[in-house]
Amino acid sequence: MIPFLARRLMWFAITLFTVMFVSFFLMRSVKGGPFDNERQLDAGVQATIEAEYHLDWPMWKQFAQYVGPLNLDDDGWFGEGETEGSAPFTGVLSGDFGPSFRYRDFSVNDIIGQALPISMLLGIVSMMWALALGISTGIASAIRRGTGLDLSMRLAATAGIALPNFVIASFLIILFVFLVPLFPVAGWGRLEHMILPGFCLGLVFAAYISRLTRTGMLEALSQDYIRTAHAKGLAPRTVIMRHALKGGLLPVVSYLGPATAGILTGSLVIERIFFIPGLGSHFVNSASNRDYTLAMGVTILYTVLVYGLNTVVDLAYTLLDPRIDLSES
Amino acid sequence: MDGKRRFDFGAGELERLAEEAREFKGESLWQDAWRRLRRNRFSWWAGVFLAIFMLGSFLAPVFPLRSPTEIRTERANLAPSFGGGDLNYLSEFKEDPTNDELDRAYWDLSFIDHGLLRMRMAIFKRWQPDTILGTDNLGRDILSRIVWGSRTSILVALAATLFSLLIGVTYGAFSGLMGGRIDNLMMRIVDILYSIPFIFVVIFLITFIGDRSTELEDKGIDREFVFYVVIGAVYWLTMARVVRGQVLSLKNSEFIEALRVMGASTPRILFAHVVPNILSIVIVYLTLTIPAIMLFEAFLSFLGLGIEAPKVSWGTLANDGTTAINPLRIYWWLVVFPAAAMGSTLLALNILGDGLRDALDPKMRGKD
Repeated sequence: MIPFLARRLMWFAITLFTVMFVSFFLMRSVKGGPFDNERQLDAGVQATIEAEYHLDWPMWKQFAQYVGPLNLDDDGWFGEGETEGSAPFTGVLSGDFGPSFRYRDFSVNDIIGQALPISMLLGIVSMMWALALGISTGIASAIRRGTGLDLSMRLAATAGIALPNFVIASFLIILFVFLVPLFPVAGWGRLEHMILPGFCLGLVFAAYISRLTRTGMLEALSQDYIRTAHAKGLAPRTVIMRHALKGGLLPVVSYLGPATAGILTGSLVIERIFFIPGLGSHFVNSASNRDYTLAMGVTILYTVLVYGLNTVVDLAYTLLDPRIDLSES
Repeated sequence: MDGKRRFDFGAGELERLAEEAREFKGESLWQDAWRRLRRNRFSWWAGVFLAIFMLGSFLAPVFPLRSPTEIRTERANLAPSFGGGDLNYLSEFKEDPTNDELDRAYWDLSFIDHGLLRMRMAIFKRWQPDTILGTDNLGRDILSRIVWGSRTSILVALAATLFSLLIGVTYGAFSGLMGGRIDNLMMRIVDILYSIPFIFVVIFLITFIGDRSTELEDKGIDREFVFYVVIGAVYWLTMARVVRGQVLSLKNSEFIEALRVMGASTPRILFAHVVPNILSIVIVYLTLTIPAIMLFEAFLSFLGLGIEAPKVSWGTLANDGTTAINPLRIYWWLVVFPAAAMGSTLLALNILGDGLRDALDPKMRGKD
């Protein structure tokens, strides 16, 4: 377990560095800076702004400052010379993503702090919903294998995978917001704001989970120990829920890592359609606004999230299935 | 047959056995796969649908449709209606338009499209149907936009898939053939790339490209080309893994050894046995990659980061549809028809992909 985690940590460091390096230099190699395309500024003002954001530094120094936790500011260590009492930028490694290039008075951390809880809540709600729907339909499909129910559920799952979530979302908005006004148009804060976006975001993953559960359950139900359980005279319900499900859900567990990454991606679109002020809509805006630090902050944060979750999932997998040896992979 | 005779091959007996053996026709992988695919009715019809659809998409200029970019504000937001006649929307065309005139009505078209458009004028003259699927807020014809948009979507999907195939197969095959430490390192790199949330990097890249597009165009690289390359560069990872696994297992497999012992030449082993074995798995992944990339293109275009006007793709159509949703009047045709076109194609691709996987996956052979 410990060597596994150590190895993971090492690859994590390499991954993170790659992401930072590539995105930093790509961003900086764009010809226009974030302050270029607006109205022409006075040369002095331009220089001041660039100095404030350290755009006048050589590339390597900017990168070192960005990664941190060194403070390379000429004003001295720990930013004694900073104006307006704003905290100095200490770099990503100390958990500071720097100031936003667009929202002048906000740091990237402020924006993430506001938006991340919203996206997390939406993500968790849709994940819960995806798990509930996917597992239940998957089990039903496996038990009634070959029947019309099974066939229609599998077709529905294929449709769920094939249809983009923004298409489903626009249908649902027309249906349940305008034709039958059950839900508010957009916004965030109350429970009814969460239902439609959560439904649309979770649907694809429900479809995948349903497929995986079905395959896993079919595999588990054909095992000898299930026959033994039946022969012992256990109720079919107990056999399925207690004995088969444990093995049958293993593929679903290993899918949770990629599913989280997918939910983060999906939130880009869903948050835009439903006007939810989450991290996804901030990211899309930051990319088109050329808000370098915000876009990079979100990318790095998501890399950390996805990587961390994948590791947790792998660990959980070994706990559920003792046959798997971490030292092998 | 008694035990004694079994070993007593007379000349005639041997001849007879050889004759008998010749009568058994081995079934190649492809014949078998074809048979299985035909038996799977869903997949078969999905394939037929896609073939018709691809043909229709290629022949888009022949259909008597208005130009997808032609703006007629006086005909904005018209509901679907049937009928037709000499509506004269092609008023800017003379009887025999030059290529430049055609390009002005559409965009820079290829010479094939010029030819197809002339063919359409020869067949239909100036006749056009009414707006069968309605018009959008600028009076553009939705049917025409869907049909022309399908070309962009298919082209992006095919080009990007081909590109990902190229990288993935080369990388995977090289890694598998080298084996040992190089293989290990190459696969670690793939692992690293896997754990990067690529969507964000791609959005990055595309905005970055958008910023210097004029600069790149001077060098003869257009935005769409970069778009294909970027998407393809993201989707090669799974392909590389799959191909590498297959190469590795083939390299050490007994049947290859048996072929060598039997004296088969290296090219024969490679092209008659190794390549078909890899090809089947590659085709399966291709049919699953194409819809994924189509979806991705739609996703990017939806966010306004993909295909740019005047060209249309299904993603931009879906985006137009959702922005047109408002509580006062529901222009349902803007949402429903593009969604139906995209949905049915993606669904058919997925069903065909699943069917092909069942038909071609060697592990599934002999089972049902």
